[in-house]
Amino acid sequence: MKSVKSALLGLALLGVAASAHAQNEQFIPMNGYWVGPYAAGGSGIFGGFIDYINMINARDGGVGGVKLTYEKCETEYNNARGVECYEREKKKGPTGATVIHPLSTGITYSLIDKAAADKIPIISLGYGRTDASDGRVFPYVFPLITNYWSQNTAKIKFIGMREGGMDKLKGLTIVNIYHDSAYGKETIPILDAQAKKYGFTVKHIPVPHPGNEQGSQWLQVRQIKPDWVILRGWGVMNPTALKAAAKIGYPRDRIIGVWWSGAEEDTIPAGDAAKGYIAAGFNVAGANFPVIQDIKKYVYTKFKGEMEDQTRIGSIYYNRGVVHGIVTVEAIRKGQEKFGKKPLTGEQMRWGIENLQISEARLKELGATGFMQPLKVSCMDHEGGGAVKFLQWDGNKWNAITDWIQPDRELVRPMIEQSAAAYAKEKNLTPRDCTKEAPPA
Amino acid sequence: MLYREAGQFKASYATDQQIFPIRQDRIAVAALTALAFVIVPLVADQYWLSAILIPFLIFALAAVGLNILTGYAGQLSLGTAAFMAVGAFGAWNFVLRVPGMPLLVAFALGGICAALVGIVFGLPSLRIKGFYLAVATLAAQFFVVWALTKFNWFSNYSTSGVITTQRMEILGFAFDTPRAKYFLTLTVVVVLALAAKNMVRSSIGRAWMAIRDMDVAAEVIGIPMLRTKLLAFAISSFYAGVAGALYAYCYLGTVEPEGFNLDLSFKILFMIILGGVGSILGSFLGAGFIVLLPIFLNTVARPLENLLGLSLPPGLMSNLELIVFGGLIIFFLIVEPHGLARLWQITKEKLRLWPFPH
Repeated sequence: MKSVKSALLGLALLGVAASAHAQNEQFIPMNGYWVGPYAAGGSGIFGGFIDYINMINARDGGVGGVKLTYEKCETEYNNARGVECYEREKKKGPTGATVIHPLSTGITYSLIDKAAADKIPIISLGYGRTDASDGRVFPYVFPLITNYWSQNTAKIKFIGMREGGMDKLKGLTIVNIYHDSAYGKETIPILDAQAKKYGFTVKHIPVPHPGNEQGSQWLQVRQIKPDWVILRGWGVMNPTALKAAAKIGYPRDRIIGVWWSGAEEDTIPAGDAAKGYIAAGFNVAGANFPVIQDIKKYVYTKFKGEMEDQTRIGSIYYNRGVVHGIVTVEAIRKGQEKFGKKPLTGEQMRWGIENLQISEARLKELGATGFMQPLKVSCMDHEGGGAVKFLQWDGNKWNAITDWIQPDRELVRPMIEQSAAAYAKEKNLTPRDCTKEAPPA
Repeated sequence: MLYREAGQFKASYATDQQIFPIRQDRIAVAALTALAFVIVPLVADQYWLSAILIPFLIFALAAVGLNILTGYAGQLSLGTAAFMAVGAFGAWNFVLRVPGMPLLVAFALGGICAALVGIVFGLPSLRIKGFYLAVATLAAQFFVVWALTKFNWFSNYSTSGVITTQRMEILGFAFDTPRAKYFLTLTVVVVLALAAKNMVRSSIGRAWMAIRDMDVAAEVIGIPMLRTKLLAFAISSFYAGVAGALYAYCYLGTVEPEGFNLDLSFKILFMIILGGVGSILGSFLGAGFIVLLPIFLNTVARPLENLLGLSLPPGLMSNLELIVFGGLIIFFLIVEPHGLARLWQITKEKLRLWPFPH
């Protein structure tokens, strides 16, 4: 009994101690997943993200003197758990949760209304609701860097380049193998639109969650004999797809994955079957960037690193987590320029993200030249970038085989605006007038 | 001492047959209802309302539905989540496609859609029993999720298959705060739970229990097999469907078919196994246990870890939650196979004799 009492007392003291020095801190929830079929992505990305935050705290003493704090919450990539985590964390820290990274398209969908009501911006970096790129309708949602539709047009461009011109696409057959979920279905309309524009045929084949059995789908691929296969997988579905492709003898260098299908965790389990496989990416792999070296120096030499397996540092997912960190920290910096060097609220943070600009020069200062693309967000455009690089797996590592390929904006933007307008109508929202928004400081 | 029924005489059939024959029980239930309707909304913060209490009530309702089918009528079902999905998508489509559709009517119609689907998948129960029937309901689980994904009409051709629920309004009052949503959920759940309690005490409930205990004997004494079994499927699915509509409207706000997967069906099945098969109270206890335990473990683990000065790797931490959860389920099944409701019953019997047991 006594030990229980002292434990409770200890808990209480801990609570007091935590709130006592909590004044100059800004809180960022880390609602991710470290277990389940998608743990490889979740642990890598949040590992990189948390390491970057810890590095900023250790090297610079936070941002503008404001220490960044975080707390982890396990969502298991499950919507209900994600909502519970969000509700639990949103009031923590002196200014509440200031920005949220759901790392799941489904959870992003579930949080859109809630976050707008609570005035907490959502950054869905490379996933989530594509039409949220129209910032007039979605002031609190930021599908930063690149969205699924942009990415998809870049893929078709890449196929065009390989075929020797966009006019050569006519008559080709492309199979879209997708994860049968909100995430997987997101690109069907844009592929259909592009098929019409360029005159190729597209066949959509769904793979049910979690995707560890794909025999019948690849049998269909063998019957269709497509010129290219687009793999829109996630988690355990990816290595399974590559192995199934090897089994039917489909050339791996004609399979193009989305960035959630192009990490070491997707290719290594497939072994030799993955050799030659191509995937899009908005960050590259490698640990030779100064920013990664800084993380090793300030975090890992002090044994504070997140990754148990340190060979994963510099992997695709880990580096993507660092991109999450860079974007978040730079948005805080931007917000502090306008609102002063104090913990920002969610609303101020929103302004910071909306006016975020990361130039090539700034990337150099951050030690991340070539690591990610420059970014310019605005009220109209919540995406801010849009380009992707294509990477090829050589059996040991991912190598970039192209420069940044720009998306087909003339095709994507009208579709985004149309879809966002339909959403606004359904929800009875009045889109913001971007000319009246506060200009950057 | 307090819990003694001495001196409470029952002079009519009505008093003898009421739901709570002991006065103390009636007072306790009234107090609990008052607590849920008055005190909780005043005290609970947003996190408690929208992340704990609303899902607890919704899962309790789904568990009541499954308990009617499995606990009372004895038909094992693994398709609860599918019936919830039908209810959610049904209600959403009614609101979307019928102008001026009142919300509660849409919930009820969603429930009726689920009931119809339930009847169709209940048909095999006339021929097959036990595990084989469970496999037939498993087909419902996969078929419904597949159909909702495959035919885009159900999600109004949304590109991602996700539906976002419309604004909730009843008689001009907007249900947009967690407190209002909690009231709505609580009211629906209380009304339906009361109806369920009465149903299982009536001739329908006795017919279900007769079939559960021995269907041949039940048929011999004149209980129509076809009608009774299908009624159990229909009512059970109706409850699940309404729970699904509430799940979409009052809890998540957006749902996709994939969210109503087999895991959710199992979760609800665990609720009634842990809470008590064949008990309305057990459905609530089981739902409370399963909704709260992971959150509790998750909340307690972190400070405990700090206190003990440990730094567990994050993967281990999350897996530990699953391990403790699984362990507790096995512990309960061994120690009390009749569930939490049975524990409560034992406590009650002891209380009646306290402090002077024979």
